[in-house]
Amino acid sequence: MREFDLGRAVPRTEDFPLLRGRGRYTDDIALPRQAHLYVLRSPHASARMRAIDLGAATAAPGVVAILTGKDAERDGLGTFSSAVQRKRPDGTANFVPPYRVLALDRVRHVGEPVAAVIAETLSAAKDAAELLDVDWEILPSVTDTAAASLPGTAAVWDDVPDNICFIHRVGDKAAVDAAFARARHVVAQRFRISRVAANPMEGRTALGVYDERDGRYTLYAGLQGVHRTRVELASSIFRLPTSRFRVVSPDVGGGFGMKGSAFPELALVLWAARRIGRPVKWTAERSESFIADHHARDNVSDVALALDEHGMFLALRVETVANLGAFLATMGVHVATNNLGGLAGTYTTPYLHATVTGVFSNTSATCPYRGAGRPEASYCIERIIDIAARDIGFDPVELRRRNMIPAEAMPYKTGLVFTYDSGEFEKTLDMALELADWTGVAARRAEARRRGKLYGAGLASVIEIAGGPADFPLEEAIEIRFDPTGHATVLAGTHSHGQGHETMYRQFAGHLLGLAPERVRILYGDTDAVFHGRGTFGSRSASVGGAAFVVAARKIIDKGKIIAGHLLEASALDIEFADGRFSVAGTDRTVDLAEVAVASFIPQRVPRGLELGLDARAVVTPPGPTFPNGCHVCEVEIDPETGVVKIVRYTVVDDVGRVVNPLLLKGQIHGGIAQGAGQALCEALIYDHASGQLLTGSFMDYCMPRADDLPSFAVGSNEVPAKTNPLGIKGAGEAGTVGALPAVLNAVNDALGPLGIRHFDMPATPERLWRAIRDAEAKKMPLSQ
Amino acid sequence: MTDVIELTVNGRTHQLDIAPDTPLLYVLRNDLELNGAKFGCGLAQCGACTVLVDGKPVRSCAYPVDAVQGRAVTTIEGLGTIENPHPVQKAFIEEQAAQCGYCINGMVMTAAALLKRNPHPDDIAIRQALAGNLCRCGTHARILRAVGRAAREMAR
Repeated sequence: MREFDLGRAVPRTEDFPLLRGRGRYTDDIALPRQAHLYVLRSPHASARMRAIDLGAATAAPGVVAILTGKDAERDGLGTFSSAVQRKRPDGTANFVPPYRVLALDRVRHVGEPVAAVIAETLSAAKDAAELLDVDWEILPSVTDTAAASLPGTAAVWDDVPDNICFIHRVGDKAAVDAAFARARHVVAQRFRISRVAANPMEGRTALGVYDERDGRYTLYAGLQGVHRTRVELASSIFRLPTSRFRVVSPDVGGGFGMKGSAFPELALVLWAARRIGRPVKWTAERSESFIADHHARDNVSDVALALDEHGMFLALRVETVANLGAFLATMGVHVATNNLGGLAGTYTTPYLHATVTGVFSNTSATCPYRGAGRPEASYCIERIIDIAARDIGFDPVELRRRNMIPAEAMPYKTGLVFTYDSGEFEKTLDMALELADWTGVAARRAEARRRGKLYGAGLASVIEIAGGPADFPLEEAIEIRFDPTGHATVLAGTHSHGQGHETMYRQFAGHLLGLAPERVRILYGDTDAVFHGRGTFGSRSASVGGAAFVVAARKIIDKGKIIAGHLLEASALDIEFADGRFSVAGTDRTVDLAEVAVASFIPQRVPRGLELGLDARAVVTPPGPTFPNGCHVCEVEIDPETGVVKIVRYTVVDDVGRVVNPLLLKGQIHGGIAQGAGQALCEALIYDHASGQLLTGSFMDYCMPRADDLPSFAVGSNEVPAKTNPLGIKGAGEAGTVGALPAVLNAVNDALGPLGIRHFDMPATPERLWRAIRDAEAKKMPLSQ
Repeated sequence: MTDVIELTVNGRTHQLDIAPDTPLLYVLRNDLELNGAKFGCGLAQCGACTVLVDGKPVRSCAYPVDAVQGRAVTTIEGLGTIENPHPVQKAFIEEQAAQCGYCINGMVMTAAALLKRNPHPDDIAIRQALAGNLCRCGTHARILRAVGRAAREMAR
C-alpha cells in the first residue's frame, strides 16, 4: 500500500518549515520602500462627523499621506457588496448599507475606519493619527440584539427606521401551527447565543502594491480564498477589470470564517499604494481586531418543540433575531438564513418552521465563524430536547433515540430544507455512548458529589451541511500540471490556513495518480497562478476539492493513455492505468506516469498531432451537499463555591464520511471542539448597551480557551461514505464546533438541574455560574426563619 | 531619539542605530529579518512573540530592545538547525501539534525554556508553563503531548 494514500495517517508535509520559524505569513513580507498605514477608528457607536481637521497631522514627522472618506469619494471608490439577499416584511429587497472603505460623514459602530494615515513607520503614523481632530456629534445607539427592533430604538440607518434588515421565513407554518394545536406537550425556551470573536492568532494584515507600468494592483493578505476577494475589490470598490488585480494569500495564521470577509483595509492599502506610488502595509493590532474584525453569532432564539404523549416530536418552531451589525459582511446574511436546515437535526420531526429577523445594530458586522449558523441551529434543537426530557420526564438518550432518522430511511428528506444522503445516527450515538462509558455516568456523578462538586453529563447528536449551499453547491477548481522532468504541480482553488491541505492533496495525488509525495508540489492562494477557485469555508475543501481532483486526474490518465499507447506500441484503448503505471492489458509491458509525463514534452515520443505536455484542469460542481454528523458526549464538574466549571471528559464519534487522514481529521475535530467549548464556557464579546462601547477589547477581557481549560478528547469514527461525493468524503472543519456548543451546555445544565435551574445560557463563566447557583440556593431557602 | 544598541541574537552580534524603547520583536522582524517570532497582540497577552533572553522566555512585543544589551537572545531560527532540530521542534512534528503554525513559535520557545529549567516536568507543570500561550486552532492537547515527548527524548 502506498504511504500517501487515502485513509492513511500521514504526517503533515507542512510542518518542518513552520516549526523552524520559516513560515511565510503576510506580515513576514517586507517590500523595499514600503510605507505603513494606520487606521484612525471611530471611538463612538454612532456619531456625525462635523469636520476632520488634518492640519497638524499632515505636518507631523514621517507622514506621507492622510486619506479620508471624502478622498475615497473623490477617487470614485465604491462600496462592499453583500452576497445574499433577503426580503423586508413588505416584500422589497433588504437594505444593503453603503459599506465604504472610510466613513464619509457618519459612523455607526466603534472601530469603523475614519481616516488612513500613511507614514514612513508605524509609530510615525500612530503619532500623527493622534493629532487628527474630529468634531463629533454623538448620537444615540443600539447594540442589544433583542432591543434593536423595539419601538423607540435609535435607527442605525435612516433608510431602515425599525432596524429590520429582513425577515426570512422557511418551513410549513400551517402544519407546524396545527401540530402545536394537537400536541400533548409543548416545551419552549428562549436561548441567547453570544457574540464571539474569531481571533485567529495572526490578526488581519494587508500589503498593497501598485505597479504603474502594468496599471496593476497586487494585494498580499491573510484570506480564505483569493478569487472572490479579487472580484470584490475589482468590481465593487475600484470598478476596474479583474485582470488588473492579483491577490496573494500566503501562509495564513488561522481564518475560522472571518478571513473570508472583504474588509476596508484590503482596499485601503491598494488605494494608498497607488496614491503614494509605494507599497503600503497594514497590520491589525489586537485591540483593533476586537473592534474592527467582523464578529460572529449573536442571536436570540425562541424555540418551541411540540411532542405527543410518546415523546415523538411533532413540530419545531424557531423565532430568531439575528444581529447583523451596522454593515452587512460579505456572508453576513448567509449565516443568518442559509444553514437553518440544521434545525431538523438527526430527527424525524415532520414539520418545522423558522422565522429569522435580521437586525441592524451599532456593532461590527457579523460574519461566518466556524459553523456559520450550524452550531446555532444544533444548539437550538439539542438544548430544547434536553429541556423537554427534563420537563416531561424522559431519559435524554431515549428521547433522542425514539425520534432518530433510521439509517434505512436514507436518503431522507427532513422537515426543513435538507435531504440527507447518508448517515447512521443511532449507531453513531451508540458508539459514542460506549466510548464515553455512559453507563458509568451515575457512578461518576455520585463520586463527584462526594467531593462536593456538581456533576453534569450532556450529549448532542448533530448534523451539519458541508460543501453547500443546499440548493446550489459551489464548484471548486483543480489543475494538475506536469513539467518536463515528470514532476507535478497541483493548483487548487481552495486555501489552506491550518487544515493541512498540502498533505491532503498529496494523498489525493497518491490515491488517484500513484504519485509519490515528493513529486507533487501544491500551490494555492495566488490569482495569477490558480485560474479559478471558491476558497475554503463551510467544511468543503476535502469533499469539493477532492471531487475536482478526481476529474482532473481522470483527464490526465486519459491523455496519458494515448501517450503510453504510443510508447508501448499499443492502442490507447488497450491501455490500463493502476497504481501510477500504464500497462497494455493482459501483458507485462508498462510505463509509469512520470515517464509518460517526461515523454509528453518530447515531439518524437508522442503521436503526431497530439498537443504537447501533460496537464488538466477541472471545475466541478457537486451534485449535492454532504452532511457530516456525529455524537458528542461531555461531562463537567462545577465547584459550587467558586462557580469554576471543568470539562472532565469529552467524547465524540464523528461520521465525516470517508476519512482522508485520521491525523488531520482528529486535529480538525479537536480544534472545532475547542472553539465550541470556548464559546460555551468563557468567550463573549460584550457591548455596553448604554454607550455602545465594546467592553471586551483585549485578551484580558475576552477569555480564550487555554491549555489548562481543555481535557484530552476521545475521538472515534463511524465512516459512512457520502453518496454525493465521488470519494465518499463529507467534511470535518466545523463538526467539532457544531457538536461542542450544545454538548457542553447540556452538560452544564445537567449539573445545574438539581438546583431547580431549567436553562442556563452561555457562557458558563465562573462568575455567571456562581451567581446562578447562589440565586437558585436562595430560592430554595425557606422564606421565614 | 536613537542610540547605538548592541545586541547578540542566535550567537551573532549586531549594532543598530535605533530608539532604545523599540520593542525587541520589531527589531528582530524589521531590522534582522528574523520572522520566526510573531506579532499576535502587541500586549504580551498571547505569547506568539516569545524569544529566549539568557535562556528565559520573554514576550518580545513588549520588551524594549535596550533591555537585552549584553544578554544572549535566542529566536526559533537559532533553536536548532535544519540537520539537527531541537527536540521540542522534533516532538511537535511527531505529535502533529501544528495547524496554522502562528502560535507555534511561542509554544516551542516556552517549552524549550521549561525543559531547560525543569527537565522532568509533570503534566501540571507543562500545562502551567503553557497556560499563557494562546492557540486558536485548538491543538492544545497535542502541544502538551509534544512537550512531554520532548522531555522524555531529552532525558535519554
